[in-house]
Amino acid sequence: MSRILFTVVVTGSCLMPAARADKSAIETLQSIHGTTGSDSARESVTRIVSGGISNLIPLLNGFEEATPLGSNWLRSAFETIAAQESQEDRLLPADDLATFILDTTNAPAARRLAYEWLLKQDADVEQKLIPGLLEDPHPDFRRDAVALLIEQAEESDDAAGHQLYRKALKGAVHDDQVKTIAAALEAAGDPVDLQKHFGFLPDWKVIGPFDNKDMKGYAVAYPPESSIDLNTTYDGQLGKVSWEDISTDDGYGIVSIAEQIENYKGSLMYAMTTFRSATDRDVEFRLGTPNAWKLWVNGEMVFEREEYHRSTRMDQYRIPVSLVSGDNTILLKVCQNEQEESWAQDYQYQLRVSDSSGAAILPAGENNE
Amino acid sequence: MNKQTTTNTIFGGLLCLAAITSPCSQAADWRQFRGTSTDSIAIGETLPTELSGDAIAWQSELPGRGLSGPIIVGDQVIVTASSGYYDNRLHIISMDVATGEQGWERQFQATGRTVAHPKMCVATPTPATDGERIYAFYSSNDLICTDLDGNLQWYRGLGAEFPNASNSLGMSSSPVVIDSTVIAQVESDAESFAIGVDILSGETKWKLDRPRKANWSSPAILPSKGNRPTVALLQSSAGLSAVDPETGAELWTFADGASTIPSTTVSDGKIIVPSNGLTILQPSEDGTSFESVRNAKGARPGTPSPLVMNGLMFYVNRSGVLSAASLETGKRLWQLRLHGKFSSTPVASNGHLFFFSEKGMATVVHPTEEGGEVVSQLDLTETILCSPAAADNALYIRSDGHLWKLADRK
Repeated sequence: MSRILFTVVVTGSCLMPAARADKSAIETLQSIHGTTGSDSARESVTRIVSGGISNLIPLLNGFEEATPLGSNWLRSAFETIAAQESQEDRLLPADDLATFILDTTNAPAARRLAYEWLLKQDADVEQKLIPGLLEDPHPDFRRDAVALLIEQAEESDDAAGHQLYRKALKGAVHDDQVKTIAAALEAAGDPVDLQKHFGFLPDWKVIGPFDNKDMKGYAVAYPPESSIDLNTTYDGQLGKVSWEDISTDDGYGIVSIAEQIENYKGSLMYAMTTFRSATDRDVEFRLGTPNAWKLWVNGEMVFEREEYHRSTRMDQYRIPVSLVSGDNTILLKVCQNEQEESWAQDYQYQLRVSDSSGAAILPAGENNE
Repeated sequence: MNKQTTTNTIFGGLLCLAAITSPCSQAADWRQFRGTSTDSIAIGETLPTELSGDAIAWQSELPGRGLSGPIIVGDQVIVTASSGYYDNRLHIISMDVATGEQGWERQFQATGRTVAHPKMCVATPTPATDGERIYAFYSSNDLICTDLDGNLQWYRGLGAEFPNASNSLGMSSSPVVIDSTVIAQVESDAESFAIGVDILSGETKWKLDRPRKANWSSPAILPSKGNRPTVALLQSSAGLSAVDPETGAELWTFADGASTIPSTTVSDGKIIVPSNGLTILQPSEDGTSFESVRNAKGARPGTPSPLVMNGLMFYVNRSGVLSAASLETGKRLWQLRLHGKFSSTPVASNGHLFFFSEKGMATVVHPTEEGGEVVSQLDLTETILCSPAAADNALYIRSDGHLWKLADRK
C-alpha cells in the first residue's frame, strides 16, 4: 500500500507541469514605475497568484531587473502566494529557496525575502545559512551574521573572543554593531580605525567663505562651480580666499568648518577632494550634514538639497554615483545660514564611499581593515 | 406572497441597504487620523470611562515601530509599522477587532528616504480608508493602496518621484480621503507639495505647490453644508488653504500663519486653526470665503491637535496642561494638569476626553464648563506617541510593540 502511494506521489510529481511562470505577467510587474500601470499590474498579480507556488522562484528572479516599485509588486505577489500556502499548512519549497538565498548573484532584496519566509517554517535555517553570509551584499544578512559572532564572542575566552570580534568586524556595516565590536577590541588593546572601516574621506581642500546672507548664496554659482584651480584666489565674503588643506581625525570623518575654521554665519564653503577608483563602478556616496549642500562628481551635479539644521547623522543622504577608473573629483558646497539657536550652529559634513550594503569602498591601493 | 409581505420585504431590504450605505453604518469605523470626520469626536460611541486592567480586551504584538494611529474599517483594525536598521521595511497589518488576531500582513521596501529623528519613525502618518481600500502613507513618502484583503491595488513612490521632498527629522502628515481622492501633504524645507490621488488608479489628479517649510500637520475635512461643498483644509506655516478635493483648486486662503505641528480641526461648520493661539474661522455659506470670528490668543497647543466638544475647545500644551476655552468667546475657562507629556491627540466621546501620555498613561477626563475631573487612569507602561481610534464602544491604541483594545467589559 505504501509502495503504491509512494509511486503515485512520485508519478504525480513527475506529471506536474514544470514550473512555468507567467513570464509576461512578471515582466509587467518588473517595469512598473511612476504613476501608471496599476490596472495591468493588478491583473498580472492575479494571474501569477493563480499559478500558485510554482511562481515563487520566478517572482524572486524577477527582482533582478525590477524597478523599485516593481520589486514591491513582485514582493506583494510572492507574499500573497506564500501566505496562502501557509494558511493551507503547505510548506514552501525549502531547497529551492535555500539555493536561491545562497546564490549571491541574485537580487539581495529577493534573497532576503526568501530567507524571511523560509525562516517562518524552519527556525533552524538561521544557524544553517546565516554564518556563511557575513560579507553578504544585503546588510540585513550581514547584521544577522555579525550578531551571531558577537554572541559567540561574548561567551568565549579572551583570545577566542578577540578573533571572533575581528571576524565580526569584517562584515559589520551598521554603526551600533561596529560600536559594540570596537569597544570590545579597544578593551583588548586592539583599537579599530573607524574612519577607514566605514570609508570616510578625511582629507580635503576648502575655499571660502563666500556670501550666503539671507541664504541667497545657495543659488549663486561661485567660481569653483565652473572650474577648480587650486592655485587661484577669488573674492570671498570677507576678502580674498584661496584653497587650503583641511583634514579630520574624527572617527566618523566629520569635517567641522565651525570648529576647524570658523562658524561664519551666512556663508558657504567649497570642499574638494579626489577619490581614486580601481575600476569604473557604481557606488554610494553617503553624506551627513545639517547644512544646505550641493555635490558634484567629475564636474556633474549629483544632488543638491536646501535644508538647514534639521539634524544630521551618519548616512543621512545616500547618493548613487558612477565612478570612473582613476581619479574622480568630488566638490561639495556647504552652506551655513544665520539662525541663532544653539542647535543651529553646526557647520560640518562627513562623506564616505560605500557599496549598497554600506561596506566601505576604499580608494584604490588601500585595503580594508 | 401577499402585497403586505412584499412591501415588508422591500422595506426591509431598503433598510438593510440604508444600513450599509448610510453614514450611520460608518459610525463604527474610524477611517483616518482623528477619525472619519477628522475632528477627534467619536459620535455614538460609549467608550470605557472606568479604565483598569480589566478594560484591556486584548493586546497584540506588532512587528515594528509606529507613531501612526490605528484605523478601524468593518471588523478590521489596520495599523502600519516600520522596521529594520534603516527603518525601511514598511508594514500594513490587519487585526480582528473582536480578538486582536492578525488577519493579514503585507510588507514593502521603502522607496524614499527613511531618515527620521529618533523619536519618530517612518510609520508616523496614520493610514486612511474609504471603507473599501486602505491608503498607507509613510515618512518615506511611499503611498500604498491595498484592498481590505491586503491585495496591492497601486503604489506611489512619491519619495522617488520627488526626492527633495523630505525632512531629515521625518514627515508625519497623515492623508485624508474625500470622495474619490486621497490627499497627502508632503511639505519640507527643500520641496513642498500637496497631492490629490485617484483612489482607484493611484494616478495624480492634482498637485499643488506648497510653502517650502517643514510641516508636520495633517489635512482636515470641512464637510459640505447647504451650498458649501466639502473642502480639504491644508495647514502650513503660511496659514490655511481651503482646497477643492477633486481639482486641487484653492477656494480661499487664510494667510496669518499657523503652527506646523498641531492640526486644524472643525466643529459645527467652524474651523479652529492653531494660529495666533487658536483662531476660529467661519466659512461663507457658498464656501468661497471665510471670516475670522475670534481668537483664543493665549492658547498654546503642543503636539496634540485641539478638539471641540459641547461648545468647549480643548488643547494640551507642551507641559501636559489641559485647557478648556469657550468656542463662543475664545476665553479660557479652566486648566487641568495631566501627568506627563503628550504627542497623542485625544478623543472625545460620551461627554469624556480620552488621553494617552508619551509614557503610556491613559487618562479619562470628564469636563464641564466649570472644570475637568480625572475619572480614571490606566498605565500601559509603554511609550505611546500615536492618536487612538474609537469604534464599537472601544478605544484602540498602539505603542512600538503592541496594539491594545480598551473596552468596558462589564
